[in-house]
Amino acid sequence: MISPANVRRNTPQRYRMEAGKCASCGKVFFPPRVVCPCGSRKFKAYTLPSEGKVVAWTVIRTAPRGFSDEAPYGMGIVELSDGTRLLCQIADCEPERLKVGLPVTLEFRKVQEAGESGVIAYGYKAVPER
Amino acid sequence: MRDVAIIGIGMTDFGEHWNDSLRDLFVKAALAAIDDAGVDRVDSLVVGSMTPGLFTGQEHLGSLLADYLGQGPIPGTRVESACASGGLALRVGFLEVASGASDVVLVGGVEKMTDVSGAQATYALATAADQDMEVFHGVTFPGLYAMIATAHMHRYGTKREDLARVAVKNHDNGLLNPHAQYRMKITVDQVVNAVKVADPLTVLDCSPITDGAAAAVLCPLEMAKKMRLKKAPVRIAASAHATDTIALHQREDITFLKSTYEAAQKAYKMAGVKVSDIDFAEVHDCFTIAEICVLEALGVVKKGQGGKATRDGLTARDGRFPVNPSGGLKSKGHPVGATGVAQAHEIVTQLRGEAGARQLKGVKRGLAQNMGGSGGSAVVHILEVL
Repeated sequence: MISPANVRRNTPQRYRMEAGKCASCGKVFFPPRVVCPCGSRKFKAYTLPSEGKVVAWTVIRTAPRGFSDEAPYGMGIVELSDGTRLLCQIADCEPERLKVGLPVTLEFRKVQEAGESGVIAYGYKAVPER
Repeated sequence: MRDVAIIGIGMTDFGEHWNDSLRDLFVKAALAAIDDAGVDRVDSLVVGSMTPGLFTGQEHLGSLLADYLGQGPIPGTRVESACASGGLALRVGFLEVASGASDVVLVGGVEKMTDVSGAQATYALATAADQDMEVFHGVTFPGLYAMIATAHMHRYGTKREDLARVAVKNHDNGLLNPHAQYRMKITVDQVVNAVKVADPLTVLDCSPITDGAAAAVLCPLEMAKKMRLKKAPVRIAASAHATDTIALHQREDITFLKSTYEAAQKAYKMAGVKVSDIDFAEVHDCFTIAEICVLEALGVVKKGQGGKATRDGLTARDGRFPVNPSGGLKSKGHPVGATGVAQAHEIVTQLRGEAGARQLKGVKRGLAQNMGGSGGSAVVHILEVL
């Protein structure tokens, strides 16, 4: 179950989509890193765009602990307009609509209910055009 | 580096062992391997296990298992690389013998998965994925491989039925393996229409939850030649390991298993062989799509052709490149930490000509590919009979 410290630590990414951009080669890292494979240790603050498209998808029917009330739910790898990829749920979307290339927008949503720790975890989910 | 040989193998049946503990399973497999080798001592023990702590509450396996094997105070080391823990244990054992640090090394793999509920096992397995970037969002391992599948199907035109054929073929093989957990024939229709776990994967696309252990005894090849062995030693011609991002979405190409590609290339170079020189393989078919992608990453077929190759029968027992004659993870079972060692067990069994009804004809060289997570680690071994 997610801890209060984990929720707090991940807030810049899950609430504000804060990434890091290598000052040397320009590669974007989400979450930010301290060293780039190019060798550079200098990064600029960078905020991810919210528009993107689905490059891989599934429907989770056998859900992990804490998610069983939501199943079935869409899950996807989303490629954002700047080329950065991330994984998240695809919300407000019937399973039949899921496909590679589906345009989506990232929205701020509740991701996990309060568990034993008592903390509700928020973050991003991808939502297709209505 | 010294040449290294496998001189003994052993394994438990794979399945649900409610009367055996983790240590019982390990000791049974290890004693079988020690008896098979005909040695009376081992100098060191290396055991692969993914997460015995989450499955049974027990850590500190190296010492526990050395003790219960009656071999204390030898060094005991536990190795972890998720589902590739067994393969990596074999590699660590290989390095220990090759380097000259030890002569006779017992390599084992073990996982006791059925002491916990299905939900707890799912949680334990998900620790191999990126907790912050993947698991947080409610993805499961079947879900990750399902996304590899939808991307592969979209890009290469791989058919739903092609995935199913991997399971059908591996069950056909497992039917002939007395150690296999699910010895039953299945059809493409049954796979496609079974209960969905993560679209498009159904429960019959997934390897099961399994208890089991496997072991091998390693020693320098020169020592093996001087021993009065009942069975021919099998040389470890190559041992290679590579890593990739553990988060699937961070890879340049999510349909390409780069860690497997890198490990395979290193292994081919080390053994001085091409993929066409390999007679057969045991690969990590944790999900049907995985075997298809592994075929491509090993270079057995071109990118995108893994589904077609399966459809055309290339990987069947009577095909040009048999894959998973043991039944694979799918039918034989997948006690995660044991799997990499069990793959070596099957290859040695085949190379010795002891595989009974599933024996492949005239095989001299086999490859084992063991993979962690969604491909964040891979270990490749090439074994050959002298």
